[in-house]
Amino acid sequence: MKYDIILAGVGGQGVLSVAACIATSAMLQGLNVRQSEVHGMAQRGGAVMSHLRISDKEIPGDLVGRGNADMILSMEPLESLRYLDYLNPEGKIVTSSETVINIPDYPDESEIIENVKATGVSVIVDAKAIARESGNMKAANIVIVGAASSYLPVEQKYIEQAIKQMFSAKGEDVVEQNLKAFISGRA
Amino acid sequence: MDEMVLLGDEALALGAIDAGMSSAYGYPGTPSSEIMEYILEYSSSSKDLFATWSSNEKTAYEEALGASFVGKRVLVTMKHVGLNVAADSFMNSALCDINGGLVIAVADDPGMHSSQGEQDSRYYSAFARIMCFEPRNQQECYEMTREAFDISEKFHIPVMIRLVTRLAHSRAVVVPSEKREANELHKSDNTAGWRLLPALARKNWAKLLEDQTDFEKYTNESEYNPLSINTDFTDFGVITTGLGRNYYDEAKIELPSLPSHLHISAYPAPKDKIQKLAASVKKIVVIEEGCTFIEDYLRGYLEQSIEISGKRNGAISLTGELNPDNIRGALGLPKREGLKTEMALPGRPPQLCKGCPHADTYAAINSAREEFDNSIVTSDIGCYSLGALPPHKAIETIICMGASIGTAKGAAEAGFKPVVAVIGDSTFLHSGISPLVDAVSCNTPMTVIILDNGTVAMTGGQETILPSSRLKSLIEGIGIEPDHIKTIVPLKKNHTENVDVIKTEMEYDGISVVISLRECLETARKRKKAGGNK
Ligand code: SF4
Repeated sequence: MKYDIILAGVGGQGVLSVAACIATSAMLQGLNVRQSEVHGMAQRGGAVMSHLRISDKEIPGDLVGRGNADMILSMEPLESLRYLDYLNPEGKIVTSSETVINIPDYPDESEIIENVKATGVSVIVDAKAIARESGNMKAANIVIVGAASSYLPVEQKYIEQAIKQMFSAKGEDVVEQNLKAFISGRA
Repeated sequence: MDEMVLLGDEALALGAIDAGMSSAYGYPGTPSSEIMEYILEYSSSSKDLFATWSSNEKTAYEEALGASFVGKRVLVTMKHVGLNVAADSFMNSALCDINGGLVIAVADDPGMHSSQGEQDSRYYSAFARIMCFEPRNQQECYEMTREAFDISEKFHIPVMIRLVTRLAHSRAVVVPSEKREANELHKSDNTAGWRLLPALARKNWAKLLEDQTDFEKYTNESEYNPLSINTDFTDFGVITTGLGRNYYDEAKIELPSLPSHLHISAYPAPKDKIQKLAASVKKIVVIEEGCTFIEDYLRGYLEQSIEISGKRNGAISLTGELNPDNIRGALGLPKREGLKTEMALPGRPPQLCKGCPHADTYAAINSAREEFDNSIVTSDIGCYSLGALPPHKAIETIICMGASIGTAKGAAEAGFKPVVAVIGDSTFLHSGISPLVDAVSCNTPMTVIILDNGTVAMTGGQETILPSSRLKSLIEGIGIEPDHIKTIVPLKKNHTENVDVIKTEMEYDGISVVISLRECLETARKRKKAGGNK
């Protein structure tokens, strides 16, 4: 079994924390993980992507090949289209519907959503609204993890355990809100 | 020992700690910064380890060399272009009789994710005729760093570990081994090995050349350079280095027959093994991360007339980093494709944080420039380099650390006016002081604007070597007229006032400095979170 994920978003959106959450849960389940991150200049509000590879065997390389990703997991709809050539035909796109408009030539929102839908393999989540309902606006990233979780080769209990680990330092309430965000995202 | 999930940078750091390192020096630079970050964190709760950032890579290197002279194991870290800054110390240290293990960790950035160039540090190791390790995963980062200290003490040379961005910034499991004790303080008796007077340096140089045989013997025997020969398949053999091996390992299962293969991760290149491989195949495909280091080496001395395929013949791109796809052509494997979209996607380049002080300084500089028919603004390396992009478009040169001031001086002395140099506080302390002293000596008509945000922002907010409060007295001390040292606070509400100050100094017929003082937002945020109120 191997599961390759391309995580996409805009610098500052927390792409790395989503990657860390999934990576931790996969390791809790006893799987091998490789995670390639972007630091430095690219983080400043630009397009960022991270490669996350999960397998029950040894994983030699850090990077996912073209046409080989099982999922594109994106915090932003425009960014979900940027790395399409990594996706294999049976793969999935899971993306937040919330746009980050920080460039002058940002396309029309409905055009983006149309194009995401046209792939025929997309799951579009209103992560912000779901996060708000869970009582923590900052939990949008965990909503996305929830939406992706039913496709991931990781059992729910390990993801929940990873979420608890991630937020335990911030107190019981924050943990509960994030678990709720995860469950709502998964629904 | 327990498994740990570490970045390549962190695995290297832990390898050095467990090798019994006593000191570490470095200057921040993506993708190397996390090595020192990890060591600094560790050293904050350990009294056996001294670690600190230095003004620049050259001072860091010399500090490390000193620790080695008195017998301690020491690591010095930098990014690839940082080694250019440290090159003088580095090259000459190769001629020194190294005492305590001296390991230099250099992180290259193929693909220029966060750099101005793609230079391959392996050339430096060959130039200095020292040994170099090139790990391909986190576990190797850990183990090779430990080995590098041993090799350094065995052969009395500095040893390089070459990282690349993808490894430095990727996370995987590392299994550490037993930590060993640090060296006792021990000044060597052979201090002649540290004095590079011509007569002595000639001896040291001859010895270093002689020692190459031992280095090669080591790399020929090292299991870090594994060779496997398949006599049943002779069409081509493969040499990989660094991460090239990982991509090759994934692709090779698609090949009809497994080629003979040599992986090189300890340099100087293992000649005997290369000869053996060459004798078994008709063609060698070279998959290496970086420049054509091994490829050119093969062409240089192989006696067999053998076809060599790699970056020189275009089988693999000469630019950018390797990936699982761009090596496939060289192996005769077909291209792979994924899904496509009809939509034209606009790029999303990095940009200054909303509210960044640099944006306000750039707005003021742009307005001040409108008062002149023609002007030039040179600049430097840091977050503020993003001021070259829209909407700011405020700076016109970005070369290397500190170059803004020197190039401004040259342009001004060639007769251009007005000339402005824009440089960050940390870059100024790194290598902006010397060219400013030059400008003072000639009273060159130019204005230096120091963007003082109190931090090394781009690389993650490390502390600057001197606090902002001391910048002004330093500048006064080297002889800039006090009347022409101005401080502005880059905020929208001060715009008119700031434009005035900059314009006035641009008109002045001598050297002037404007300090634009406001803290980086990221640093302020972190400071508040940590509860500090500096
Ligand atoms: S990190 Fe600091 S200096 Fe860099 S862009 Fe953001 S606010 Fe500006």
